[in-house]
Amino acid sequence: MAEFTLPANSIVKQGQLFKAAEGVTNIKRFIVYRYDPATGENPHTDTYEVDMDSCGPMVLDGLLKIKDEMDSSLSLRRSCREGICGSCSMNIDGSNTLACTQSIGTIKGDVKVYPLPHQPVVKDLVSDLTNFYAQYASVEPWMKTDTATPPDRERLQSREDREKLDGLYECILCACCSTSCPSYWWNSDRYLGPAALLNAYRWIVDSRDEATGERLDELEDPFKLYRCHTIMNCTKVCPKGLNPAKAIAATKKLMVQRKI
Amino acid sequence: MGDLRTPLSRVKGLGSAGDGTSHFWHQRLTALLMIPLVLWFAFSVAAMPAEHATLVNWIQQPMVTVGLVLLVIAVFYHAQLGLQVVIEDYIASHARRTLVLLLSNLLCLLLGTIGVISVLKISFGA
Repeated sequence: MAEFTLPANSIVKQGQLFKAAEGVTNIKRFIVYRYDPATGENPHTDTYEVDMDSCGPMVLDGLLKIKDEMDSSLSLRRSCREGICGSCSMNIDGSNTLACTQSIGTIKGDVKVYPLPHQPVVKDLVSDLTNFYAQYASVEPWMKTDTATPPDRERLQSREDREKLDGLYECILCACCSTSCPSYWWNSDRYLGPAALLNAYRWIVDSRDEATGERLDELEDPFKLYRCHTIMNCTKVCPKGLNPAKAIAATKKLMVQRKI
Repeated sequence: MGDLRTPLSRVKGLGSAGDGTSHFWHQRLTALLMIPLVLWFAFSVAAMPAEHATLVNWIQQPMVTVGLVLLVIAVFYHAQLGLQVVIEDYIASHARRTLVLLLSNLLCLLLGTIGVISVLKISFGA
């Protein structure tokens, strides 16, 4: 059966409390998932009292303040701190998003920070996205053509055709969508997930690509594509405001269109 | 030694089944077909006096027989398609999934056949 409960060695226990320094008044509590496979112990949550008077506005600012000033053993991925690299994707306040674009101020109560759901955890907030990246590679996200490139200019595309790529090309592969999808939780060994399917569609609708049919053939599968049941978690959480569910629906529509 | 296959090889697996769109399309078509059929059936039965003879007479009208047979087929075909999705979603083991799918398909076929034969027996019987 699909896994609805955590295995015994994955049950999250309560960890320690890192108190704010004396005299600090403006406190926000961060409850952070901690797991270190080297210890063989169950994961736990540590609580950090962060001084908001000396902290930046975003959750990533809070996490880096914790790492720099309170507990250097905390592991997380981050790079650009402006929502373009997709490194700091994690589950914040119950929803997948980027720590760098999620403001602390809009979170009511404590800031609960967990790694992306249903992925193997490397350490703390760092999840193993090997399968996710392989799924992206499997849709062959590059232009495929039989016609040789014109020797004197680039491949032309009308303005209207270029506009069809808007809302698709902006994907930063942060995995917020795929790891928020119940279908992906239960069947990610065979279901490609919203991110890979959005990127597959990005090449399916590209007017310059000449492998549209082959791309659709590859997705014509009960699991690769049709595990999507339009749950829409993907669209709800996308930190870039993209709509993978719509791209998947459009792919299904093309599948039907070429049959009848 | 663990699995030495590359992640890409594992994702590609046995490749595309070349199937799935028919299932998706038929599920929507049967859903669409059931909207008028269920409404017609519900309103017709509700408007009828609760007597055995009236109901039998109604079923024996040729167009009603046709409508009921279509309804039974649509319901059980749709149920089979829907159950298949649930089973594929939630049963991870391939062997168990195959077994449960076979049983569920058989059950839908059996119930559908009983339904169709029942309507025809009433229609042609008395």
